[in-house]
Amino acid sequence: MIELSTAEAIVVASLREVFAQTDLSPPEVITGDTVLVGKDAVIDSLGVVSLIVEVEQRLETEHSISVVLANDKAMSQRNSPFRTVAVLTEHLLNTAREAKAQ
Amino acid sequence: MSEPQKPLPIKVGADAPPMPRVMLITGSRKGIGRFLVEHYLAQGYLVEGCSRGESDLSHANYHHHSVDVADERGVRTMIADINRRHRRIDIVLNNAAIASMNHVLLTPAASANRMFEVNVTGTMLVCREAAKVMMRKRWGRIVNFTTIVAPIALAGEAIYAASKSAVVTLTRILAFELGQWGITCNSFGATPIMTDMIRGVPQDKIDAVVNNLAIKRLGTPTDCSNVCDFFIHEQSDNITGQVIYLGGIT
Repeated sequence: MIELSTAEAIVVASLREVFAQTDLSPPEVITGDTVLVGKDAVIDSLGVVSLIVEVEQRLETEHSISVVLANDKAMSQRNSPFRTVAVLTEHLLNTAREAKAQ
Repeated sequence: MSEPQKPLPIKVGADAPPMPRVMLITGSRKGIGRFLVEHYLAQGYLVEGCSRGESDLSHANYHHHSVDVADERGVRTMIADINRRHRRIDIVLNNAAIASMNHVLLTPAASANRMFEVNVTGTMLVCREAAKVMMRKRWGRIVNFTTIVAPIALAGEAIYAASKSAVVTLTRILAFELGQWGITCNSFGATPIMTDMIRGVPQDKIDAVVNNLAIKRLGTPTDCSNVCDFFIHEQSDNITGQVIYLGGIT
């Protein structure tokens, strides 16, 4: 099972990869509060798609854990599980735990 | 295309040998899928195939997955396995499908649901998971198989044709959603080909379809590989969102 620090590292590295692959300007620092969705988001909607896929692929290739982050549960939540780096990290941890438990 | 296509090597570095492309063909155990597997193996591709059952094909460059494409977990596991072994998926030929010829008044809901699960949801799942891998390489070719019975509105094929119409629409929209990552998505519809899928169709029904084609003959597996060769060609990077029907059907 991955630790919180590992999950956060995956999210941050994936976000940096999204900036590297697009014309989007990265913020000076990426923290848990960095907004990913909605007002003040540092990436656009396609950037969110790229980020989610990048996180899934890194989890798969680096830790052999296969998850779908945009699952039915996630997409039906009132508050997006992708809205900030910290929230996405938590969602990643929970989804990975559920995948391991199955 | 009249010339047999060469493998599409990937240049990985000045001194490294070129790598063959990795291709996934669904519904690969028999029929058109099996033909395409052998066609592309002969050209040097690394071919991954899947079907609900086991394959009797043994080849150093072929790996078979016993997977129902409508099973989300199964598809994810298959794609993850391919990615783990090859670190890439370059081409997907979504050939897997089921058909049931029935008057709509005699079609059970379960039969209709199953056709949509395999033909539409299954195609979407394979596209979705494969595209996630393709995105990272900024290159991909997806070909989704449809049928001429949709545009000719063939009586007795309402649900099958409706599901394949959905595949065309799915493909056209995928082309726009995935184009920015260098992934092309196209579909093609073959004329009737004598495979298990249509072996139960009465001969007079097949003759009636063939007689209404511009080219009045049954389709062949080579017709299919010819179109796939075109769609997956290195130079077809600006061919996307298209549907090609054989036999003069539009």
